[in-house]
Amino acid sequence: MVVNLVEMKSGQSGVIAALQGGPGFSEKLGHIGIRRGKMVKKISSVFRRGPVTISIDNFQVAIGYGKAVRIMVEVNNDEKNSPGR
Amino acid sequence: MRKIVLVGNPNVGKSVIFSTLTGSRVMISNYAGTTVEYTRGELTIGEETFEVLDAPGTYSLDPSSKVEEVAASLVDKADIVVNVVDATNLERNLLLTSEVLEKDVPVIVALNMVDEAGHKGVKIDVAILSGLLGAPVVPTVAVSGEGLRKLVDSLPMAVNQNRKALSTADRWVYVGDIVKQVQEITHRHHSWLESLQDASLKPITGIPIAAAIMYVAFQIVIGLGELIAVFIEEYIFEGLYEPLLVNLSRVLGGEGFIHNILIGTLIEGEIEFEESLGVLTTGVFVEFGVVLPFLTVFYLVLGFLEDSGYLPRLAVMVDRALHRVGLHGYSIIPMVLGFGCNVPAALAARNLESRREKFIVCTLMAIAVPCMAQLAMIVGLVGRYGGAYLAVVFATLFFIWIILGLIIDRFMPGYTPSMVIEIPPYRIPSIKAQMKKLGMRVKGLVVHATPYILGGILLVNILYTSGIVEYIGVVFTPVITGVLGLPGEAVSTLLVGFLRKDVAVAMLVPLGLDARQFVIGAVVLAAYFPCVATFSVLVRELGAKDMLKSAVIMIITAFSAGFMLNILLDRIVPAPYLAAGLVLTAIILAILLGSTSDRREMKDLDSAA
Repeated sequence: MVVNLVEMKSGQSGVIAALQGGPGFSEKLGHIGIRRGKMVKKISSVFRRGPVTISIDNFQVAIGYGKAVRIMVEVNNDEKNSPGR
Repeated sequence: MRKIVLVGNPNVGKSVIFSTLTGSRVMISNYAGTTVEYTRGELTIGEETFEVLDAPGTYSLDPSSKVEEVAASLVDKADIVVNVVDATNLERNLLLTSEVLEKDVPVIVALNMVDEAGHKGVKIDVAILSGLLGAPVVPTVAVSGEGLRKLVDSLPMAVNQNRKALSTADRWVYVGDIVKQVQEITHRHHSWLESLQDASLKPITGIPIAAAIMYVAFQIVIGLGELIAVFIEEYIFEGLYEPLLVNLSRVLGGEGFIHNILIGTLIEGEIEFEESLGVLTTGVFVEFGVVLPFLTVFYLVLGFLEDSGYLPRLAVMVDRALHRVGLHGYSIIPMVLGFGCNVPAALAARNLESRREKFIVCTLMAIAVPCMAQLAMIVGLVGRYGGAYLAVVFATLFFIWIILGLIIDRFMPGYTPSMVIEIPPYRIPSIKAQMKKLGMRVKGLVVHATPYILGGILLVNILYTSGIVEYIGVVFTPVITGVLGLPGEAVSTLLVGFLRKDVAVAMLVPLGLDARQFVIGAVVLAAYFPCVATFSVLVRELGAKDMLKSAVIMIITAFSAGFMLNILLDRIVPAPYLAAGLVLTAIILAILLGSTSDRREMKDLDSAA
C-alpha cells in the first residue's frame, strides 16, 4: 500500500515510492539522501499538521508537513498492525 | 600560499578538525549550520605554510543556498580538498565525495566519527574504500584528535582525478555500489541516549521535555545570573572598587568635565553605580557587574543545548507554532541565539532558505528578542518595581512578536517553504569544549562591547553637559510625552540605545520614572531599533532596501506598543492582568488566524507536481 509520510504510522517502515513536487523538490531532498528506493522508518509526527521525523540509514530528518505529504512510501503490510502510534 | 579546503556535509566535524589543525578558535555545535561563513587558519607542514579554510557544511556542490554557494566556490579555489565524511552515514556523504572527485583538484578523505560508527554497528573497510575512490582515506575521531596526525602526513598523497561528471542518478548508483562493497552493518540494541532521542521527537513526551528544558534554562540564567551579579556588586564593586573611585572623585574635585566622563554625577554626594553614568562607574558596572554574569550563565546553558544536539529537536516541537508567524521550526535557533546577542543570531539567519524567511526572522528578532545585555538590565531595574511589571515587559514583547509575525506573514508575498532539517544524534557535551566555547564568547563580549559602552557613556555626558538633551528634549516632548508619557529627556536614551541598549536602559534611572513609565521606556528601547552592531550585520544580510522596510516596521511598532502601554497599563488594566491578557490575546489570535504561508505552499507544490 502506498501512503504519504503523514499517513504512515510512527514505528512503521517502508520504501520511498515517489516524491511528488517537481524537479527542484526531488533534487533538494535527494541531496540529503531522501530519494526513491530508500528504506525509511517513521519515528514521530507532531500533531496533525506538524513535522514528521523519519530515519533513513543512520540519520534522522524532520520534514515539515507541506513536504511530508508529498513523499509517498510503499509500506510494509505485515508491519501495519505492529505497535506504535 | 597554497590553500587546503575542508568540505563535507553539515555537522560532520569539519570545524573540529579545522580547529585542531590550525589551533584557531571556531564556534562548534552539534547541529547543521553552525559555520555560515568560511573560517581561515594556517597550518605549517615541514617548510611550507598552508592556508586552511573551513567551509560551511553542504550536501552538494550544486548550490541551493547562499551557505552552499560559499562551500562550492571554496572548492574551486582549493589546492587540496580534505573531504570530511561522516562514517555513520557513508552513502549520503559519498555523494558529495563523488562530486568533489570530479573537480580539478587533489582530494583526500577524512573518514570521521569512526568511533560513533563502531557503536552503531557500522564497520567500514578503509582499504577497499580508498581503492574504490582512488583517493587516500584516513579514519579519524576529530573530537579526540585521533587520526589527525596521519591526516596531515597524508596530505601530499591527495590525488587529483578530475573525473568526468556523472548525472545525479548515475552518482547514486556509483555510491551505492561502493557502500555495498565496504560497509558492513550489524544489528544492535538502542542505547539510552537513542531512546531519549525518540522521546524528544514525539509530541506526548517531546512537548513536556521542551517546556521543562526551556523552564530550567530560564531559571538557571535568571537565578544563577542574579546570584553572581549580586555577589559581584556587593563584594567587588561596593567592597573593593567603590573606595578607589571615591578617592579618584575627590582627587578630581567632585565635578568638571573629566570627572563627569570618568565618574559621572554624584547622587547626593555619593557614587551610584546604576545612576552616575560615568565610564568608570556605570560603564564598568553595566558591563562587568550586570551583563557579564548573566551573559556567562546564558552562554553556559546555550553551549550545553547546542552541543547536546537538542536545538533541532526543539525546532521540531515548535514548527507548528512558528508557521503562524510565517516561519518554520529551524528559525527558533536564531531566535534563541538572539537572547545572547542579536549579532550572531542575524548571521545564523543565513541558513534560512528564502529572503522572506530571513526578513521575518531578522525583523522579529531585532524588535522582540532583547539581547542578554539588555535583558539583564531590564530584569535588574524593572524587577525593582515588582515581578508583575517585569511580566508586562516580556508579555508585550511576546505580543509584538506574534502580532507582527501574523501581519507580515499575511501581507508579505510568497511563502516560507516547510523545513527539512537533519536531527543529529544526542551527544554528551565535553566539558573542555564547552569551556573553550564559553571563553571565546565571553572574550568576544568584552572585546566588542567595551568600545561601544565607553562610546555610549561618552555620548551621554556630551549630550548632558552641552545642554543638547534639554534642547532635543523640548523638540521631542510632543511625541515622547504625548505618545509615550515619558519626560522629553528620555529621547536621549533612544540616541544612546543605538550604541548600547544596556547603557540606555540604565539611563532611564536618573529620569526618576514611575513603574509604568519605566516599563514603557524598557519596551520602546528594546523594540525601536537594533544597536549599531546588529544594524550593520542586518544591512549586510538583508540588503539596504529590506533593512529600510524592517526599520520602518520597528519604529512604528515600538511607538505603537509604547502608546498602547501608556493608555492601558495601570490606568485601565493593572500590570498582572495586562501581562496575562497580552499573552492570551496573542495566542488566541495566532490560533484563529492560522498560517497564510502554509496555504500558499500547498498551492505552489500542487501546481509544481
